[in-house]
Amino acid sequence: MRGVAARRNGVTVLEDIDLHLHCGELTAVIGENGAGKTTLVKCLLGELPHTGEVHFLDAAHRRKDSPVIGYVPQHNSFDKEAPVSVLDLFAASLSARPACLGVSAPVRQAALAGLQRTSAGQLVDRKVGSLSGGELQRVLLGLALTPVPNILVLDEPMSGVDHSGREQFYGLLSKLRREYDLAVLLVSHDLATLARFADRMVFLDRRIVCEGTPSEVLHDTRVREAFSLHSLS
Amino acid sequence: MMDSPLDLWHRAVSSLPFEWAGYEFMRLALLAVLLISPLLGALGTVVVANRMAFFSEAVGHAAFTGIAIGVILGLADPMWSMIGFALVLTLAIAWVRRRGALSSDTAIGLVMAFTVSLGIVILSRGGDFARYTNFLIGDMLAISSRDVVWLAALGVVSAGLFLVFFNRLLLATMSPSLARSRTKHAGAAELVFACLLAVVVTCALPWIGILVINALLILPAAAARNLARNTAGFFGWSIAVALVTGIVGLIASFYASTATGATIVLAAMAVYLLTLLRRVVP
Repeated sequence: MRGVAARRNGVTVLEDIDLHLHCGELTAVIGENGAGKTTLVKCLLGELPHTGEVHFLDAAHRRKDSPVIGYVPQHNSFDKEAPVSVLDLFAASLSARPACLGVSAPVRQAALAGLQRTSAGQLVDRKVGSLSGGELQRVLLGLALTPVPNILVLDEPMSGVDHSGREQFYGLLSKLRREYDLAVLLVSHDLATLARFADRMVFLDRRIVCEGTPSEVLHDTRVREAFSLHSLS
Repeated sequence: MMDSPLDLWHRAVSSLPFEWAGYEFMRLALLAVLLISPLLGALGTVVVANRMAFFSEAVGHAAFTGIAIGVILGLADPMWSMIGFALVLTLAIAWVRRRGALSSDTAIGLVMAFTVSLGIVILSRGGDFARYTNFLIGDMLAISSRDVVWLAALGVVSAGLFLVFFNRLLLATMSPSLARSRTKHAGAAELVFACLLAVVVTCALPWIGILVINALLILPAAAARNLARNTAGFFGWSIAVALVTGIVGLIASFYASTATGATIVLAAMAVYLLTLLRRVVP
């Protein structure tokens, strides 16, 4: 991303964003509420109009026009009552056949293969609304990895999930990043866990305030003030 | 000369051993119910899942202004002006929502109040509003062979478009950002669906009635939501409930001499209440 800026209702919510995401690297974006983290994700997904450039380059530094982006949304944005099964989510994403007319055997196989990547194969016929926060995030991660994407984007994937669920999820994400050489962009508030799993960290406050290794960023005075990190000093 | 499909229909239904089957208007009304009910039942699944009930209500009520425009333009049949106005209204609501200036319900509420008032003011000039009150409760029994053919064409086109966009709509229901990351034109799918809904609701209005049409969209899908565990079940139950309650309501209205649209709604409501038991008693 080079010189990316975005406005909402006439107010600048993001400016001067120069950010390079590398394959096999987990980049965590941190920032206070309203710092523009979700806006950054929406710009990357092409959901929000923005100025500046967003380019996707392959291993040979050739530009890819339409990269495959795997996206894991916040689980609490889902309608818990909707009669939609995990298999329906995969069918709607992978197949042209309307999910309301049933799911073909090959699509079911592809869904199972995707879910097994995140140890969630047993959840294929469960109603999405009946899954726990941790289960749903493993399902959504499995979906984001089917097909294996060029870049994986996760927006607050663990909000509301308990500690052991978070540890398990980030451990899995770390393993998959190496296995598939994925470029991962992760937006989160969960500083303690990110410090262990992220390769790079970016502190955002409408613009990039500082970036570097988690240790560098978490020792920056501006970050410590924003998150009241007195215990790290 | 070969019989037309409509002739075959009349012959088949009139052979049934029921009093209502002897009347041509009932045979046509039954055919109309068999065409409209499953379509409303199918569209209703997305209306309920996407929380668009207030939008479809507003589109129905805006028909007043559509009729008024038709009267001003001197059209013999106001249907085209109703459809045109419903589409303009749909685009206007989408534009207001996209600008994010108002919340959805406020934007729709404002537009609905304006269009209903404007329509009533124009149509009531000179104390002539009573001519249009049949649009309020609809008249399924006044449907003609030509209308049924139009409804069949509408049903085929609408069902085709709906199925083409279904997966994109399903993902957008779950998470708009997820839909955007997985499919192209996810935003366009929602706009196409809103326009499709506006056209179908408007076309069905003269037979079902402005006051009750929204219930026929919402109730079968709401009942199906209580029964289904997955998308195919949701879709299948909604269509089944719409069809069964449509047929039961039509025949009940014949024997009870009541307005057909409202009688169908009561039948659908009864089924919805029964499905609530499923939620209460797992």
